[in-house]
Amino acid sequence: MKTTKTTLIAITALFTLGSLFTSCSKEEGCTDPAATNFNVEAEKDDGSCQYAVIETPEEEHEESHIVVNFNHHFDGVPVTMNNFNQFNYVTANNDTISISKLRYMIDEFKLYSVNGDSTILSAYQLIDLTNSTTMSVALDEVNWGSYAAIGFNFGFDTVKNSGNYIDLNSASWNVPMMMGGGYHCMQFEGKYKMAGNDSNYAYHQVPRTRMNMMSAFEDNHIAVRLAGISLNEHNVTINIDMNIAEWFRSPNTWNLNTYHSSLMGNYTAQKMMSANGQNVFSVNSIFQRK
Amino acid sequence: MKRLSLYLLIITTTLFLFSCTKKEGCTDPAALNFDVDAEKDNGSCVYSPILPPETEPIIPSGPAPLQIPQLFSQYINPPVIPTNNPQTYEGIALGRKLFFDPILSGDGTQACASCHMPENAFVDTNQFSTGITMALGNRNSMPIFNLAFNYNEKFFWDGRAISLEDQALGPVVNPIEMNNTWPNAVASLQADPNYPALFDTVFGTPIIDSLLVAKALAQFERTLISGNAKFDQYLKGQTALTSQELNGFSLFMDEQGGDCFHCHGSASNPLWTDNEFHNNGLDAVFTDNGLGDISGNPADNGKFRTPSLRNLAYTYPYMHDGRFTTLEQVIDHYSSGLVNSPTIDASLKYIGQGGVQLTPPEKADLKAFLLTLSEPGFVTNPDFKDPNL
Repeated sequence: MKTTKTTLIAITALFTLGSLFTSCSKEEGCTDPAATNFNVEAEKDDGSCQYAVIETPEEEHEESHIVVNFNHHFDGVPVTMNNFNQFNYVTANNDTISISKLRYMIDEFKLYSVNGDSTILSAYQLIDLTNSTTMSVALDEVNWGSYAAIGFNFGFDTVKNSGNYIDLNSASWNVPMMMGGGYHCMQFEGKYKMAGNDSNYAYHQVPRTRMNMMSAFEDNHIAVRLAGISLNEHNVTINIDMNIAEWFRSPNTWNLNTYHSSLMGNYTAQKMMSANGQNVFSVNSIFQRK
Repeated sequence: MKRLSLYLLIITTTLFLFSCTKKEGCTDPAALNFDVDAEKDNGSCVYSPILPPETEPIIPSGPAPLQIPQLFSQYINPPVIPTNNPQTYEGIALGRKLFFDPILSGDGTQACASCHMPENAFVDTNQFSTGITMALGNRNSMPIFNLAFNYNEKFFWDGRAISLEDQALGPVVNPIEMNNTWPNAVASLQADPNYPALFDTVFGTPIIDSLLVAKALAQFERTLISGNAKFDQYLKGQTALTSQELNGFSLFMDEQGGDCFHCHGSASNPLWTDNEFHNNGLDAVFTDNGLGDISGNPADNGKFRTPSLRNLAYTYPYMHDGRFTTLEQVIDHYSSGLVNSPTIDASLKYIGQGGVQLTPPEKADLKAFLLTLSEPGFVTNPDFKDPNL
């Protein structure tokens, strides 16, 4: 009994002494045996490890850095902020219009592989025709190869639309809860000629819409899917066009006298927007270089 | 063996105590319960109630981060603070002193605060402000709050200043405002017994120039943040709104109702302005081109900066030219008073009928909601008052 007690005390003492060293002054150094400067006595790694340089064979998969530029026209007539507010355009319904604002949000730029998988290459971006820096999107690096399609979302899907994005809030991009909440897909505004007078239109698309106050919201964002691409150089530029005339053309001929304002909560208008929006984007050109 | 173990235990324990657990207690010899053995102060010091006669209040110094309201942090981008003009307590205090000091004006009678009074959310209540020569301006004085959140940094009704510092340079030399010259204003400050030392403390030089004056003023102005009105408290779950106020908010957010949110913010953009420029349908022919005169683009004629809807209870009269004295008149304007013009904002609708045609109860609801964005605590904040009194 006495011996046990003594031993216990001795063990306690040693343990305390041990923990004193461990807790208060560990020797620091490189603790990785694989390193060239491995220190057997080091108890705490101080980030000093150095490794032999291993020659790796040339990677089989080269990667492309892709920049996507968005350009805008109305059946071939260029649209930039410099020709805002001019009655330069005639819609499929024969309405003569001007444009004073065009902002829209694209999200999750992706490439579809031949087996149907997709790789997401960008976060969201709010494109504003009054700010040219917003009209280019730099994508994440992607492996060379053949891809079946280029895609992106026009507006948020329902899940992402429920998030909080401070830059979009700061840009007053929000949609009121009663109209589905979250964020606009597009704000497209200007004037149209009506009986000789200029009248306003505000063609705003939202990512969720409902038939009436009693029904559930339906997803109304557009999943855009464009032509495929074969990547074989390091630097790739993809020029994508938005033909604004398509917003008024197909499959729904848009009558601005009927649909000009207060469209965010208008189910019929929202459904027509997401249908017409399937046809507005196309790949204009692709440039690849070393 | 037993004895050895015991010694070892004692030594180790002592070592342990000294190296890893310092004795805690009061370490201040001036305290009543000063403990000579204590090595680490544990905040237990008790002092004699008799204070030394020359105790001075502690004045904070050094970097002074802006106090960002909870909803701002949660929903919007951080404030714009130029890297060459960081906020410091000393800089803010100097800016505040300058803001309330008539020394900057041509005849020493007007301060910034003469037309930007804290009790009115930093406006005066005249349609046009009167300068030192009794000349009337042609614009209503703009309120000063949340300007660090004006992300595109275009200031004044027409956006002619490109930073808060740049803005602060304007009124001093404007002939219909303080009607001074900068060399003269700087000479007055340089001859003052206090200012050179204050500039030295803030900027490291007693040689004053207009840019340093503007920097100090901008530092003070950035602290003028209003983010705790009744509606903010409602969003934070701290208070309830009346059914009338809630109806008004609904109308504000309804595109088929007031449709105010496109330009004036929302619960998710608590600045209650988009910081942009719009023609809101006041006139068919412009006597003041606003942004158009600055940009040179005729498509900008008649556009003015969207004012925040915060603190409307104090910032009357309204519009860039102060033409409306009451909120009822403002609401009537959007409801039935819109006037068409080539640059009228495309988000305004039913212009042929003058607007969205609100009913009298709807107008009353909207007004009740708007007033929940006014913050009594902002206009009475002691930190924003004249420090020279």
